[in-house]
Amino acid sequence: MKIHEYQAKELFRQYQVPVPEGRPAFSVEEAVDTAKAMGGFPVVVKAQIHAGGRGKGGGVKLAHSLEEVQDLAGQMLGMTLVTHQTGPAGRLVKKLFIEAGQQIEKELYLSLLMDRATATVVIMASRDGGMDIEEVAAKTPERIIKIHVDPLMGIQGYQLRRAGFGLELPPAAMKAFSSLLTNLYKFFVANDCSLVEINPLILTSDQQVMALDAKVDFDSNALFRHKDLLALRDLDEEDPMEVEASKYDLNYINLDGNVGNIVNGAGLAMATMDIIKKAGATPANFMDVGGGASSEQVENAFRIILADKKVKAVLINIFGGILRCDIFAKGVVESAKKTGITVPVVVRMEGTNVEEGRRILADSTLNLTSASDLSDAAQKIAAAVN
Amino acid sequence: MSIFVNKDTKVLVQGITGNEGSFHTRQCVSYGTRIVAGVTPGKGGQKLDDIPVFNTVARAAEQTGATASLIFVPPPFGADAIMEAADAGISLIVAVTEGIPILDMVKVKNFLRRKDCRLIGPNCPGIITPEECKIGIMPGMIHAKGNVGVISRSGTLTYEVVDQLTKLGMGQSTCIGIGGDPVNGTSFIDVLSAFEADPDTHGIVMVGEIGGSAEEEAAAYIKAHVTKPVVGFIAGLTAPPGRRMGHAGAIISGSSGTGEAKLKAFEENGIHVCDNLGLIGRICKDVF
Repeated sequence: MKIHEYQAKELFRQYQVPVPEGRPAFSVEEAVDTAKAMGGFPVVVKAQIHAGGRGKGGGVKLAHSLEEVQDLAGQMLGMTLVTHQTGPAGRLVKKLFIEAGQQIEKELYLSLLMDRATATVVIMASRDGGMDIEEVAAKTPERIIKIHVDPLMGIQGYQLRRAGFGLELPPAAMKAFSSLLTNLYKFFVANDCSLVEINPLILTSDQQVMALDAKVDFDSNALFRHKDLLALRDLDEEDPMEVEASKYDLNYINLDGNVGNIVNGAGLAMATMDIIKKAGATPANFMDVGGGASSEQVENAFRIILADKKVKAVLINIFGGILRCDIFAKGVVESAKKTGITVPVVVRMEGTNVEEGRRILADSTLNLTSASDLSDAAQKIAAAVN
Repeated sequence: MSIFVNKDTKVLVQGITGNEGSFHTRQCVSYGTRIVAGVTPGKGGQKLDDIPVFNTVARAAEQTGATASLIFVPPPFGADAIMEAADAGISLIVAVTEGIPILDMVKVKNFLRRKDCRLIGPNCPGIITPEECKIGIMPGMIHAKGNVGVISRSGTLTYEVVDQLTKLGMGQSTCIGIGGDPVNGTSFIDVLSAFEADPDTHGIVMVGEIGGSAEEEAAAYIKAHVTKPVVGFIAGLTAPPGRRMGHAGAIISGSSGTGEAKLKAFEENGIHVCDNLGLIGRICKDVF
């Protein structure tokens, strides 16, 4: 689960990770009042969306007066911000963050993430702050310091020194940096983060280190033990259909194509999208109803897919293991009765109770096309849309 | 022969009295698996059908001689259940549980380095040696005894592959789902080396998906150490970057974990690439 920069910085403050003074603003008036209360210029007006690259897209600007704050806030609120991470559609800006400007001496990079290959928390640091770290990694990998922290041991003094000296910080800033990194690691572990990225981390002209940006992603599987973090979820940043699907524990991702699909199991769902593409059509979504879905979940999945205006045909691909084919078929029939089927539907079922499942669908008098195997299903669905 | 499990393997089930636990225990028993005990804290002394239930894994293992465990406990308690089994001396732990926090698994993985045991999963369908032993949730009837080894990060996708193999007359030595989480126990490489050493495995099917670099590492291992033919498949070639595709581990992060990179690694290391799931059975028939 991603959160906004202003929320991340509020959490940083609680963990004594230094950040500039700043507050969120949800209207032009609030932005002006906040800037006034901060009592000095320049201030930075920052659009709050869940995507990186905001600066380049025009979502981060410096203001030297209240009038400028007012103008910038007016421009940004309600604008569609397009960055390399938002895709061409961009994101609507509904929130701002007003922050005190800083005297920057150096821009650095610092992040913590879970490293799946080594099962450790990895610290990445680089002197090349403010740049795209993937680019640094590709062009000058020697300029990235990687430190693996054993989660059973926690972060050690020598690791802090390796990071600090590796960043070539001046001696006067070393103690402050060690404390920042120690606290950031505590924050990471205490909140089940999957990523914490500070780009840039700055060294100020008076030798302070602080987080000028903050990107935080939490492990969704761990949110059951962080009820406080759930309040930080911003539904405005999510696709409304994905929000609807998440209410029923359906793994759903909205895509660009026109072939809706419903599959049980994530791997099979991905492979089904691939085979649709291979047959010359494009998937409209990823939908995994889970290995053991109930007939109610299936019904909701079908309803969500059918409500998608761009869907011109639906492919249902079920391999019954835990989820029995008869249960699935009942869900499809119930849902089709309620919503009505307006597009061609191709069904391919295999596995536990498949005969019973096929019989339920055949007896339903619904207009379904059945497929004998996956290749057949892909051909039939492509024919339906092309 | 087979790898890791056979008809003599004695199995206990952690979380045996829950809905899923009891349903799948009965499925395993009817397949012929020797389920000798169950564990549910606070329900020691009860029985599920004829299977005695214990409060702790240590007690269950000591009383029944179980050497393998099948775990169904809910995600908040998953890591603890794995560690309990490892500490009780269980040598094969199969964790079906989906949704264990990654930080918990990172700790478990480091804990297990000091124990002599194998973890399969979590978030996996389990392991089956057809007609001998099924420790997991896969539908038994689609499998047949034979000489193809199957390794996969997925559940239902594996069933699809196995079903095609069986229908074309190719039975399986052992099928293992290693799970869809970013941090798991047994790796592709562990299973590949076991299949290479197993005289009854003549060919291997490896089913990967986007995210991480396990497939690339496995491909390099195959080139160096595996003499048996391998057919490889990758799910998620059309998946958008930065999105978690159902499995916690199935995510393209920046430029790492893409399907293209994995297919390229397969091709460069002599693996027979299948790029159409509908044809995987036929391709295996041609290759093996």
